[in-house]
Amino acid sequence: MKPSPFKYHDPSSLSEAVGLLGSLENAKLLAGGQSLGPMLNYRYVMPDHLVDLNKVVDLTHIHIEKGRVHVGAMARQRVLERDPGLQKACPIVREALLEVGHFQTRNRGTIGGSLAHLDPAAELPGVMALYDATLELAGPRGKRTVPMAEWGRGYMSPNLEPDEILTGLAWDAWEGVQGHAFVEFARRRGDFAIVAVGCLLALDAKQAIRRAAISLVGVAYAPVRLPSAEKFLIGSKGEEQAIEAAAAEARKIEAKSDLFASGAYRQRLAGVLTARAVKTAYQRALGENAGK
Amino acid sequence: MTDKRTITLTVNGQRHTREVETRMHLADFLRRELRLTGTHLGCEHGVCGACTVLLDGEAVRSCILFAVQAHGCDVITTEGLAAPDGTFSVLQQAFWEKHGLQCGFCTPGMLTTLTAFLRETPDPTEEQVRDAISGNLCRCTGYATIVEAALSAARRLRGEG
Amino acid sequence: MGSRNIGSSVKRIEDPAILRGRGRFVDDIALPGMLEVAFVRSSEAHARIRGIDIAAAAGLPGVVAVLTFNDLGSSRMVQANPHPLLKQNITQYPLARHEVCYVGETIAMVVAENRYIAEDAAQLVAVDYEPLPAVIDVLEAAKPGAPRAHLDSPDNLVARIPWKFGDPDAAFAGADHVFRSRYTQHRGGCHSIECRGVVAIHDELSEQLTVYSSTQSQYLVQRFLAAYTGRPEAKIRVVAPDVGGGFGPKCAHYPEELALALAAPKLGRPLKWIEDRREHFIATTQTRDQVWDVEVAATRDGKVLALRGRGVHDHGAYVPYGLLLPLGSVVNYPGPYEIKSMDMAIDVVFTNAVPTSPIRGAGRPFANFILERSMDCVARNLKLDRAEVRRRNFIRSEQMPYSTGGKLPNGNPVMFDSGDYQACLDMALQASGYAGFGERRAEARTRGRLLGIGISSYNEDTGIAPHEGAHVRVFSSGKIVVTTGAGAIGQGMKTVLAQIVADELGANPADVQVEAGDTAAFPMGMSTAGSRNTVTAGSAAHLAARQVRDKALRFAAEAMEAHESDLEILEGAVRVKGIPDKHLPLAEIARRLMGFVNVPNPIGFTPGLDATAYHSPERPVYANGTNIAVVEIEPQTGHTRVVDYFVAHDCGRIINPVLVDGQIVGGVAHGISNVLFERMIYDRDSGQPQTTNYGEYLLLTAPDMPRMHLQHMETPSPWNPIGVKGAGEGGTIPCLATVVSAVEDALSDYGVTVNEYPLSPERIVELMEARRSANDRPG
Repeated sequence: MKPSPFKYHDPSSLSEAVGLLGSLENAKLLAGGQSLGPMLNYRYVMPDHLVDLNKVVDLTHIHIEKGRVHVGAMARQRVLERDPGLQKACPIVREALLEVGHFQTRNRGTIGGSLAHLDPAAELPGVMALYDATLELAGPRGKRTVPMAEWGRGYMSPNLEPDEILTGLAWDAWEGVQGHAFVEFARRRGDFAIVAVGCLLALDAKQAIRRAAISLVGVAYAPVRLPSAEKFLIGSKGEEQAIEAAAAEARKIEAKSDLFASGAYRQRLAGVLTARAVKTAYQRALGENAGK
Repeated sequence: MTDKRTITLTVNGQRHTREVETRMHLADFLRRELRLTGTHLGCEHGVCGACTVLLDGEAVRSCILFAVQAHGCDVITTEGLAAPDGTFSVLQQAFWEKHGLQCGFCTPGMLTTLTAFLRETPDPTEEQVRDAISGNLCRCTGYATIVEAALSAARRLRGEG
Repeated sequence: MGSRNIGSSVKRIEDPAILRGRGRFVDDIALPGMLEVAFVRSSEAHARIRGIDIAAAAGLPGVVAVLTFNDLGSSRMVQANPHPLLKQNITQYPLARHEVCYVGETIAMVVAENRYIAEDAAQLVAVDYEPLPAVIDVLEAAKPGAPRAHLDSPDNLVARIPWKFGDPDAAFAGADHVFRSRYTQHRGGCHSIECRGVVAIHDELSEQLTVYSSTQSQYLVQRFLAAYTGRPEAKIRVVAPDVGGGFGPKCAHYPEELALALAAPKLGRPLKWIEDRREHFIATTQTRDQVWDVEVAATRDGKVLALRGRGVHDHGAYVPYGLLLPLGSVVNYPGPYEIKSMDMAIDVVFTNAVPTSPIRGAGRPFANFILERSMDCVARNLKLDRAEVRRRNFIRSEQMPYSTGGKLPNGNPVMFDSGDYQACLDMALQASGYAGFGERRAEARTRGRLLGIGISSYNEDTGIAPHEGAHVRVFSSGKIVVTTGAGAIGQGMKTVLAQIVADELGANPADVQVEAGDTAAFPMGMSTAGSRNTVTAGSAAHLAARQVRDKALRFAAEAMEAHESDLEILEGAVRVKGIPDKHLPLAEIARRLMGFVNVPNPIGFTPGLDATAYHSPERPVYANGTNIAVVEIEPQTGHTRVVDYFVAHDCGRIINPVLVDGQIVGGVAHGISNVLFERMIYDRDSGQPQTTNYGEYLLLTAPDMPRMHLQHMETPSPWNPIGVKGAGEGGTIPCLATVVSAVEDALSDYGVTVNEYPLSPERIVELMEARRSANDRPG
């Protein structure tokens, strides 16, 4: 299974990359290659040009300042997984990353690649949805940003023009006493999620939930936030009925059917995993509080 | 016309300079250009792990990496795991002693994966070893002896005999 | 015979080269002037070919030839396993003629400088298809009036295979109970990590055709290539190099092998074709569906009097390997049980999918599943313990050798040689804590999990006919070389033969060189399949080594003026017992027997220190065992995992324990993978395969394996000189039933019966919900 022929370009600057993408017909960007590589080998895609982003300077940074996280699109998943600052500020990132493929694929895979490829079952977009991340793009018409909520346009179709490059992601880490959980159901270790749920909770001084974010992966073409479920949690102290109410909201979500699972089964999983994620996040938040 | 690049890389300690077609993946480069056929192709879509090599020390799937991307890099394949005098690495020896291979086709990927893993996690639990090779498919062994070999090698590397 | 090595877990002699990356698999072969091949394959499940346009492909730089039907073979391929019951003996053309009958069927062959270019060209070949109705579902295919998988066929019936003995009608008439069930089974594909591959070289000078193939059946390939091409067998050499797993599908002779063998002489350059994984999904044989309706006749005490069933088997679009797979799924009744009457008939049908052929277990898992689920069915309905029902039905060891009532293909009665089935069951029950399982089940419930335990017992015909042979020779250097026709596919056969020969000749296995898999190096053999190598090749190696030993002792006795009974062979020499310094090296004996110029051969001795022997089993020898699985289900999601797996196994005399364990664990892994993960999905209407990569088709991985607990019994077989039985498939055969039995047990609260596999988590939930709502329905 060999790829079809292409012309290879390896720009060393972002402007060079943008210039290439803008002037070439039928070009594809190469980031980690863990998704594109198989597609090329299967000839599912046959680009005339391959623009390799791996040598573009400074797309790999991880900056955290005053709670604002800024990550370059080409930051390797494995590097993100091991970054101590990120682990401290946003521990859910690592928890989700440990579900992403296998350590060999994370050695090459990038966060930008995952977001730009936008497989419905991909974990990282689910985390970005929790944080309402901002995605930064560069193109021939200049730079623009897209909020995560507006990122998914259709099946594997992000809000990204063919001549634009995702350059970075930015979000605000949560403040105060908080808990997190990323819970996934997959057939085997490292498989894409059939359904995954991410949850962030922040507590007030009385251990009541003052802020909640729940995102669902695998039910639609892009991750879905559950404001109706989040609402049920605000003010609660992780009681059984609040969690069940949130789970019930998750079960109502319209979920797709495909080769791997039916919509009905995904709905069932959504409910089960939401309950688990909220429970775990709340326990962790309490544990954090106890440490103070 | 075919798109070619000249690349230079170090493979198992030896430097090579070659002109390659840009669409040739690293596994084919190793196998065809350098005649290092120890790295195997089991699926060519990044799942089975038989093609795993160490690229600048990290375990990667060489079937979904282009040779041109390895320009300037340091690659270790299964042929490079033994000492220059041919003495097996601790892991290779453990595979031999624990019957860690049957047909041997997945073995190169298992060896490179576990070499990288044990470097990073010298005192793994059985569960961690299984997790580490969860991205390597084997149809022959049922994985039990591979896991035993890894744990045995880990013990020996820690000096526990 | 000395047993210093037999019974010992000697390190494998195959391993060092592979560990160093110096294995020689077929894709590792590179020859000067070698060209690479890519096949154009049908993208339609069933179609007429109206035309093939190769102009663009042939014109691509680097392309040497684009071949189609008219360039290669005008007749269909030779039938590998003829059988009188084969109604429609339809095999493929090497390249399709007018009609294609499955997605993946070979249509054209592109030969180019390298595989990259060959694939570029293959894409440019334009096939003009006229789509035809396709049939995929096995039950649909069996119905009258179903779309015909082959246009010129009257129907889809390939064969109707009966398996009948005793008096089933009387048994059913007189039974206290009759239970009916439907069984739906699906096993997926081969998925050796090495796909198939062929290198074909024609040498003009010698007119020799050499074919390297990742095959389990080099002698069959040689024979069929000769039959098809008209080239003498002596001018065809087939070599199996290192083979990265076979599991059965590499036993068949394939169109690609034939196509390369036909094209190489025409093109005058070595040709290589390596199957890629996408091709493997659509071109290497599989074992897919069998559906059965079965009745069990039982006494009120749970004694099974008879089984009566009608099954349908999906054979795919062709029968390259005859009826071996569906035959294997009926001739193994009654298994380890004393069931006096049997009436199990299976209809084999064509579908427009990849042809099916045996995969590890080879039909026996299908039969075992039905036998074992039937035992559970009797137990459940009569409220008896499942182990007890088996005990009441087992053939007892005192009854050995036991005639079942069935007949082998050659007309001989089926007979089981030896085995203590109850002992293996007891061992497994004891090891698994079966009696006290209730406690474990209750503990799991406190964690919100459903725990179940399942049993399956089996026996297995191993060491199947015909022969394998071995040549053992001591060279003048003292080197011992064993050459065999049997092939190595990863099971460690070379080490096993080295151990056997080393024991006869007082050597170290590491010093015994074993050559295998080459039709030019050894005259006759069959194939590496059916758990037969240790029995056949092992026995042959033993016999040949024994002859060499006897000759060496006889020669030494004369030369040393000693009695043979005072001599032994140790460390490369014949030595006087107790006086090791008085010795004659084997190398010296070999030299003298190989002769010197103008020196007559020693009187009474044929030249050389070597011998050739074959072992031709008249009957298979029967391994047996019991497997017990503990399964844990998470009811909220249906997630199912096998937690513990117990094997009590008897494969007769064990040559190398660690190798046998490896076969069992590997076999169990294959079985669990079949039950919980593997499904080869085809779209029912279009016939398009839906699962064609490893993201869609799931194989079991390391974290999915249970804790394994193995125990062995060694009941030697009286029917071969070394008392061995086969071990290659014993892990797989009962595994499907074991796991399903455990799943059913775990779901016992829901009153679910499970008579199918594979079982996905969603399916488990479905079964739970269906039963629950059935229970809720107003009565």
